[in-house]
Amino acid sequence: MAAAAAFSTPSTFNLSSATQNPNFPSLPALSSSFKLAPSIANSPIHPFKSLKLNRSTRFVSAAASSPSAATSSASAATTFHGLCYVVGDNIDTDQIIPAEYLTLVPSNPDEYEKLGSYALIGLPASYQTRFVEPGETKTKYSIVIGGDNFGCGSSREHAPVALGAAGVAAVVAESYARIFFRNSVATGEVYPLESEGRLCEECTTGDVVTIELRESDCKLINHTSGKEYKLKPIGDAGPVIEAGGIFAYARKAGMIPSRDA
Amino acid sequence: MASSPVTPSSSLFVDKKDVGFSAFCSQAASLPFPAPVSKKRASKKIVSVMAPQQSERKPSTTGAVKTGMTMTEKILARASEKTQLSPGDNVWVNVDVLMTHDVCGPGAIGIFKREFGENAKVWDREKLVIIPDHYIFTTDERANRNVDILRDFCTEQNIKYFYDIKDLGNFRANPDYKGVCHVALAQEGHCRPGEVLLGTDSHTCTAGAFGQFATGIGNTDAGFVLGTGKLLLKVPPTLRFVMDGEMPDYLLAKDLILQIIGEISVAGATYKAMEFVGSTVESLTMDERMTLCNMVIEAGGKNGVVPADSTTYKYLQVWMDVYSLPVPGSGGKTCSQIFEEAGCDTPASPSCGACLGGPRDTYARMNEPQASYPVCVSTTNRNFPGRMGHKEGQIYLASPYTAAASALTGFVTDPREFLQ
Repeated sequence: MAAAAAFSTPSTFNLSSATQNPNFPSLPALSSSFKLAPSIANSPIHPFKSLKLNRSTRFVSAAASSPSAATSSASAATTFHGLCYVVGDNIDTDQIIPAEYLTLVPSNPDEYEKLGSYALIGLPASYQTRFVEPGETKTKYSIVIGGDNFGCGSSREHAPVALGAAGVAAVVAESYARIFFRNSVATGEVYPLESEGRLCEECTTGDVVTIELRESDCKLINHTSGKEYKLKPIGDAGPVIEAGGIFAYARKAGMIPSRDA
Repeated sequence: MASSPVTPSSSLFVDKKDVGFSAFCSQAASLPFPAPVSKKRASKKIVSVMAPQQSERKPSTTGAVKTGMTMTEKILARASEKTQLSPGDNVWVNVDVLMTHDVCGPGAIGIFKREFGENAKVWDREKLVIIPDHYIFTTDERANRNVDILRDFCTEQNIKYFYDIKDLGNFRANPDYKGVCHVALAQEGHCRPGEVLLGTDSHTCTAGAFGQFATGIGNTDAGFVLGTGKLLLKVPPTLRFVMDGEMPDYLLAKDLILQIIGEISVAGATYKAMEFVGSTVESLTMDERMTLCNMVIEAGGKNGVVPADSTTYKYLQVWMDVYSLPVPGSGGKTCSQIFEEAGCDTPASPSCGACLGGPRDTYARMNEPQASYPVCVSTTNRNFPGRMGHKEGQIYLASPYTAAASALTGFVTDPREFLQ
């Protein structure tokens, strides 16, 4: 399981070198695309300022600069790659980020990082594998696979933020609760995808997966099981996500003036 | 909408190309529908003719016929300055009121400043209602800092409605404090029929009881509204719940909504509006209507709505503190006195504490199990695992009557045992 070994200590990335030079030809293809997604989105250099700008690049450059994606697919592909963490139905916002941690303000960079360390800490003891190891601030699972009604409950934006801050790039659920879905799209913290069928019963925590999104089709490849699954197209939220969140979209649509440089 | 032609097998479908009589006859053998008559070419009898099909002509192209809109669609149409809306449309909506509290306010403010500039001004200082209510009356430093952030912002922006809390030792010493945000919005007259009210709290749907569109949003959307006074919303289809008949005296609105959610499931209303109508709903007080709408989110609903009527308008005019009035038939005692004599905790500072846990020193938070596991009967609205603190805590949601009866026996109790 050489691939697993490469992912085992994500907190010890060479984050600074990865962000300065996203084209990393010397790294093996598999691990470079995994490291790129969380590293770009959670750059420690200017964690607050660049968060917004990096959100759109997190989706696009993962494909553009990763050698494996560039050779295999058409230029319009967005890819995510990494280990998956599988949860069940009705994962509510109290499980994703319990109320006692909501005193942390997501727009504050230090508190943003702290929120990430508490992601999914509210899951019951029946989940034997912890999402974020005690003492760590990031997760080794960049893709969360869920069942029905993912993110139900509160409007707390801390929920998708905690997942994003922990290092999640995408969530693939059977269905979403609307406020969580909306918050994911507006913030750009996690890419909310819908599966066709119960992927949460097909995958196991720790499986290595790749998600490929194209205009023609979207799919999830489970390298551990060798199976491929169709994903639903993003729909109405597509233009907002492509733009990079609600503010970028509104600027594009002329609803609000562009920010001064 | 054009309907497809239905042709019984004994008649013949005439394509509009076949205008001539003789053309019809010669085409007889090649018609798609099996003709039971013989193929004698001599037959010149037309069995049936249908008008040639026209291209589909939707009513809206002529403007003469309009599809009726539901309450939610009408409210959103007015707010987006459009004459007609359909479910699924994405529209920019003008916001009448934006509410935020101490948990999400600081985050929304952070985003507002980041996107619109440090010196940006909110779109309308009178349309923002800032209500610290979640983590107050606590020693948690960060929680108290969050209220300070709200205060600083309100001072800087000269916000008209800020229900501040400064004296943490005695909640009554705070003249501006109004308690739980959804109740404060109603009691302070911010909920008005026909308007759009957004709040950074999932239970903002409560305000739908006033015949308005009210829903919960996150910090980023709120930051957007702070700067523009607008938001992009998708028009939801409506689920209409018609309830007719007299309410039995042992049932309350809470029982109705718990039953509805049980029947349609916790995702049964996802992306939809829940409309509550019927003679039963008309007989409910505003508090009861708020109870119905409050739990719309628990079924995944986008918003809840009850038509505004005379009950709504009377409420908007009058509000008083009934808790301190003498209770009829009790010998002049007030509610407070009756509760305290029965062994209840002295009614304390109203806040969201008992509902969602929060900092560990919050009132009624289930921190340690008292027996083998803690059990709570609550008139709040959410019982996710760990909601009130301890993950093993068992929370039973109930109506006020059921909670009162259970308080008397120490077990989950049917209130009919006590109601005459």
